[in-house]
Amino acid sequence: MKSIGASAARNELESRHRDFFERGFMLALIFSLGIGIIALVTLILQVLVEGFPRLNSELLTNFPSGNPEIAGAQSAIMGTIWVIGVTAAFTIPVGIGAAIYLEEYADKERWWNRFIELNLQNLAAVPAIVYGILGLAFIVRGFLGLGQTVLAAGLTLGLLVLPIVIISSREAIKAVPDTIRQGAYALGATRWQTVRRQVLPASIPGIATGTILALSRAIGEAAPLILIGGLTFITFNPESVNSNFTVLPIQIFNWVSRPQDEFRVLAAAAIVVLLVILLAMNALAIFLRNKYQRKY
Amino acid sequence: MEATEMRTTEDLQMKQLMVVRPRYGELLIQALLGLCAIVSIVTTVGIVLALVEPSIEFFSEVSLKEFFTGVNWAPLFNPPSFGVIPLITGTLVTTFWALAVCLPFGLGAATYLSEYASPRTRSILKPVLEVLAGIPTVVYGFFALTFVTPLLQDIWLVGEGPGVFNALSAGLVMGVMILPTIASLSEDAMSAVPGGLREGALALGSNKAQVSTRVVIPAALSGIVAGFVLGVSRAVGETMIVLVAAGSTPNLSLNPLEAMQTMTGFIASAGLGDQPTGSIGFKTIFAVGAALFAITFVMNMFSIRLVRKYREVYE
Repeated sequence: MKSIGASAARNELESRHRDFFERGFMLALIFSLGIGIIALVTLILQVLVEGFPRLNSELLTNFPSGNPEIAGAQSAIMGTIWVIGVTAAFTIPVGIGAAIYLEEYADKERWWNRFIELNLQNLAAVPAIVYGILGLAFIVRGFLGLGQTVLAAGLTLGLLVLPIVIISSREAIKAVPDTIRQGAYALGATRWQTVRRQVLPASIPGIATGTILALSRAIGEAAPLILIGGLTFITFNPESVNSNFTVLPIQIFNWVSRPQDEFRVLAAAAIVVLLVILLAMNALAIFLRNKYQRKY
Repeated sequence: MEATEMRTTEDLQMKQLMVVRPRYGELLIQALLGLCAIVSIVTTVGIVLALVEPSIEFFSEVSLKEFFTGVNWAPLFNPPSFGVIPLITGTLVTTFWALAVCLPFGLGAATYLSEYASPRTRSILKPVLEVLAGIPTVVYGFFALTFVTPLLQDIWLVGEGPGVFNALSAGLVMGVMILPTIASLSEDAMSAVPGGLREGALALGSNKAQVSTRVVIPAALSGIVAGFVLGVSRAVGETMIVLVAAGSTPNLSLNPLEAMQTMTGFIASAGLGDQPTGSIGFKTIFAVGAALFAITFVMNMFSIRLVRKYREVYE
């Protein structure tokens, strides 16, 4: 109750000291925030208006073509689904496993665990294109030598978003109170039983939210895939993880970089499709967070 | 003191419970989970190895002096020229204009969210900013090329306006893209400043603007700087916006109205043409990549340190 009294006193003091400068300062702050919101609204309106003429079913059913009238993004959409499927299959188990290890098993006093921690924070900020270089050197050619395939692209993006999955999963696991673990131990559960039957179920909503956001980052990523050969002219859907591929952001890049206006329209229409997919994923993440997250 | 003692006895009991007999299944699981954590280390080692070996080969053919002091970048021409300075100035110019947008407005937005906005307003505005951070960079590139550049050309009053490809619009749009990162990190740091400091300043007769600029921002400075540094690192590493909107001509110039190529832009456009393994074109990707990784690595480490520092002070 003390805080209410304090904040009332603060409001009182604050209102007494409002003057001209104060108002100007506040307007400048609102303007700063407004810039971002105006940019967002303008961007969305612009792609909608520009892409409108091509927002039709042919965009979804046709394959890329040199003729902008009939070109579509079917192979890019299917490619995105395939690549993200591989990314998810790799990054979800590895990311959650690493998060469990770091939160539940690792002794934080040990230097190597602190090193893993520091390393993760740095990896999360390494430019995306550097992951493309890694993919080019060891996944497409060199060590793994997978070629320019769905599998190579999925793994590269998997490595790119792995730090995000690990960091957000750790937050979710950290939020599970210790009393739940102690309760499980007291009943004779082993460490893994405790993790699997108590900690993981309690932290799944948080982990799912973070993972969906990480995957939506991977869906929008183009730079690393340019390096590993996602920009070949692909007029077929991938049939396996060893197929060549293209993805939506790369297809958009290809269309944007052509000089003809018709291709720009096509690019805008494909951007709308991409943004709708991302919006759906974000909505799902928010839904999961609100519906299942418990506060302890 | 008492709490730590309790904690150690608890830990001791737990350890005793666990060492009664070895459970091989449990150990196997622990090993598997540890392996997952090691993937992140392997990634870093992989990045360093991927960059170092071709870079060494590159520098056996091209001298360090030519690379770092040459002013002409034309690696795929005949005769080739390997001066990286035009790529670095290109990166600097786009980064500068990005910072000109995201530093003031990011900090302003953070100050509003942390000091002025009601919890309700904050709960609406923060997700909107997060949406801005979630938009793919190729979309920002499209926006820069097809909206911001024509807009700049229309409103340009003095002299010749920006070209179709120019560093200015790429930089400005990049600033909008990074704004949420800076706003969110700065806001975290400002929210961590104890309320007592604000109340003290108000009690001494400061108004809210003074409290924000003279108490909260200085107290949160290390966190704010950490956000800035991370923002710079993202601007330097950003690829798609500059690739789409800034052009692909290496250009030793500080004039943002001209087309330029950045380090990332070069890596991507060299990657577009399929470079055969072992060719000099292939190795330049790695040499420029190594320079890029080194620059961002130093900034990331600096930023991580600063964040730790302010966490220690207030948490």
